[in-house]
Amino acid sequence: MPVVEIPVEKWNGQVHQVKLGGVGGRKELIVGGDNTLPFLKFEGTVPHRPAIAIEVLDYTPPNWAEPLVKAWGDVLKSPVAWAKKAAEYGANAIALRLRSAHPEEGNTGAEHAKRVVTDILGAVDLPVIVLGPEVAEKDNEVLVAASEAGRGQRLALGDCFDKNYRTIGATCLADGHVAIAKTPIDMNLAKQLNILLSDLGLTMDSILMDPTTGALGYGLEYTYSVMERLRITALMGDKMTAMPMICTVGEESWRQKESKASAGVPATWGDQEKRAIIWEKLTAMGLLNAGANIIVLRHPKTVEDVKVAINKLFA
Amino acid sequence: MALTGIEIYKYLPKTNCKKCGFPTCLAFAMKVAQKTVNITICTDLSAESRAALEAAGRPPIQLVTIGGDSKKIEVGNETVMFRHEKTFFHPTGFVYRLKDTTPVDSILQEVQAIAEYKVERVGRFLAMDGFAIENASNDAATFAKTVEAVKSKTDLPLILISKDPAAMEAALAKATPGKPLIYAANKDNWEKMADLAVKNKCPIAVTSSDGLSELATLAEQINKKGIEEIVLDPGARDFGTSLTTLTQIRRLALKKNFRPLGYPIITFPGEGAASVDLEAMLAGQQVAKYAGIVVLDHFSPAMVYPLLTMRLNIYTDPQKPIQVTPGIIQIGTPKPTSPVCVTTNFSLTYFAIAGELEAAGWASWLVVCDTEGLSVLTSWAAGKFDAEKIAKTIKNFKVADNVNHRNVVIPGHVAVLRGELEEELPDWKIMVGPREAVDVGGFLKQNWKN
Ligand code: B12
Ligand code: SF4
Repeated sequence: MPVVEIPVEKWNGQVHQVKLGGVGGRKELIVGGDNTLPFLKFEGTVPHRPAIAIEVLDYTPPNWAEPLVKAWGDVLKSPVAWAKKAAEYGANAIALRLRSAHPEEGNTGAEHAKRVVTDILGAVDLPVIVLGPEVAEKDNEVLVAASEAGRGQRLALGDCFDKNYRTIGATCLADGHVAIAKTPIDMNLAKQLNILLSDLGLTMDSILMDPTTGALGYGLEYTYSVMERLRITALMGDKMTAMPMICTVGEESWRQKESKASAGVPATWGDQEKRAIIWEKLTAMGLLNAGANIIVLRHPKTVEDVKVAINKLFA
Repeated sequence: MALTGIEIYKYLPKTNCKKCGFPTCLAFAMKVAQKTVNITICTDLSAESRAALEAAGRPPIQLVTIGGDSKKIEVGNETVMFRHEKTFFHPTGFVYRLKDTTPVDSILQEVQAIAEYKVERVGRFLAMDGFAIENASNDAATFAKTVEAVKSKTDLPLILISKDPAAMEAALAKATPGKPLIYAANKDNWEKMADLAVKNKCPIAVTSSDGLSELATLAEQINKKGIEEIVLDPGARDFGTSLTTLTQIRRLALKKNFRPLGYPIITFPGEGAASVDLEAMLAGQQVAKYAGIVVLDHFSPAMVYPLLTMRLNIYTDPQKPIQVTPGIIQIGTPKPTSPVCVTTNFSLTYFAIAGELEAAGWASWLVVCDTEGLSVLTSWAAGKFDAEKIAKTIKNFKVADNVNHRNVVIPGHVAVLRGELEEELPDWKIMVGPREAVDVGGFLKQNWKN
């Protein structure tokens, strides 16, 4: 009888552990700490399961796909009600996107950001991730305001790009938050930005990285592979690629035609709502298996099933 | 796995007799490794050495072919754990499971719908690969009748599912020739099943839920009967066990060159999932994490289109993005008054905009720039889609000769290029289109004056 010896990789490295919340009655969320590939408990430890954050916008999204509007209903009009609902749906964290600060989407400023962040922090006891509109100057403006509003609450603030990492990194440092470093699907750029942030003084347990999500059919394979490479490099001992990874799955997936189009598409695409939700679920599954530590989702049904899958992977 | 010259040399007689036409056995071995001469030229090679050489040269994961010549599923022969290390070669086969307890009429309806299903993506047609037929009735005659009916309706490859060798034999009589996969040999029936595989020249699956040693033992016993084409079912059904077990098998094959488990794997995500969506999610995971064949228990376009897209993504060669040939492409039958639009030669980008122009009924001239297969923003950020490149492309492909106007629409994502483009193309009016291709129809309706 052939003797099967399960090959076990001996890794030297480990993903850093990062804690969000956990202060002043706020729930604690710890991600990372793995010293093996995703979910492979037979060869290492995976101390924390990947977390699910639900995305909440600071304004009523003007052009969301019909199935999302249907699922959330009236709460889309109030970030606070929306966040509470997200907590009911089982989010491990709220990912608040300050999209209304975008120059083309309302151009709101620091005051508005401060107010929404304060309201959300008051309304839910979950850890909060605050994301800017991804326009460097506006990011600086609203994220600094958000940082001050949440001082000491250990938020995660993003995104730090090569252009604005100094301001956002500094405010994270001053107010005790975690910085999210976002780079365009490139291992060297990711590593470089992590180094720049740590040169500012942020410790290894205060940085998350966003490798940039490509949705299923829209670059998923690139994200998948860069994440696998980042994780493997981290496990081989490179501390500057060992930050836990956060992926904006919902945002990317629901942007695509497959999710948005209700008519005028081939019959072979099938029912829009079912297809769109599976689109988001498969994007999530792919990236969880590539090493995602936090998945930011949009549809409640996706949240429910991704949770089931994570629990089974983790069991 | 391809052997190196040195590895081949070890098996040669080492007499340097020169009968092969080479000065030394080593020189000969080097040529064999480069595949410029055939090993059979060395007449002094013993039969054992030759067999050993062939075994050593066998890929660490055996290539298995299911089905006839026209439509077949080829799986296995993978060489890496991670797609970025090289690429994944043989896309996961998606197979739909039928049961012989279902009335034949409805089976045939399903078969027709699924066999006809195809969905276009980036210029390719994605489709299901075959059918599994399960002997749920436990009756040999019913099984054979169902197989015969399915076979009459489709030439897609088949998987025959039964534990009972007698039922399998009856079904094989209807399914061959056509190389169906026999599913499955287990510790009780393996000898009879193996005999059927030999007799019918079919690939065979082995199954055991008692751990990998048991599975390896079975596979080895079957292999000793002279069967090379084996498929493994380690019985791992849910998300966690599937990931762990399939990873372990792939590692054993690739890293340890462990022959008894060097075969592709078959999975049944429907058995490990409580809903259709979870089945799709598990199937999606299995595309990425090491399944050769995935047997689905549900089929709907809304479920299968995402899954086929997942497979397309994971099995794309990371070294070469899917590209189209640069040039001036006619959408519909454009006239001299028709719009001119500019895009890149990344397939996804090209098909997105070409598809929308077509769907909106705009006959037009689509100028495809060579951006080395990168999308609009990626190529712009990489400096491969700038004003100079666009201007050059428009000039080189003599776009002006085709039209009586001088208006060109650029993608909204590269609105910043307008100024420079106006300098590069002083005769042309640069129109900034919408960001997303879906909006191009509406945009042209409003802004195209010709
Ligand atoms: C996958 C991806 C990659 C892949 C490449 C994929 C490819 N083959 O192009 C890889 C990993 C290689 C890559 C690399 C880089 N990337 Co990149 N990448 C992406 C990603 C995730 C998706 C891009 C994609 O495929 N989109 C889908 C296609 C279909 O979109 P599209 O081409 O724009 O087409 C749409 C529209 O433009 C429109 N359209 C198309 N043609 C036309 C024509 C007309 C007339 C009209 C009206 C409309 C229209 O239709 C389409 C559908 O709506 C995006 C981020 C994201 N999530 O979108 C970043 C992104 C594009 N990348 C970016 C960058 C910076 C890079 C790099 C330069 C990073 C670096 N410094 O190395 C490199 C450059 C590559 C190189 N040096 O060779 C940035 C660009 C930032 C910016 N705004 O300038 C992005 C936006 C990420 C980010 N937020 O930072 N990338
Ligand atoms: S014929 Fe065979 S034994 Fe003779 S030199 Fe060539 S390889 Fe060596």
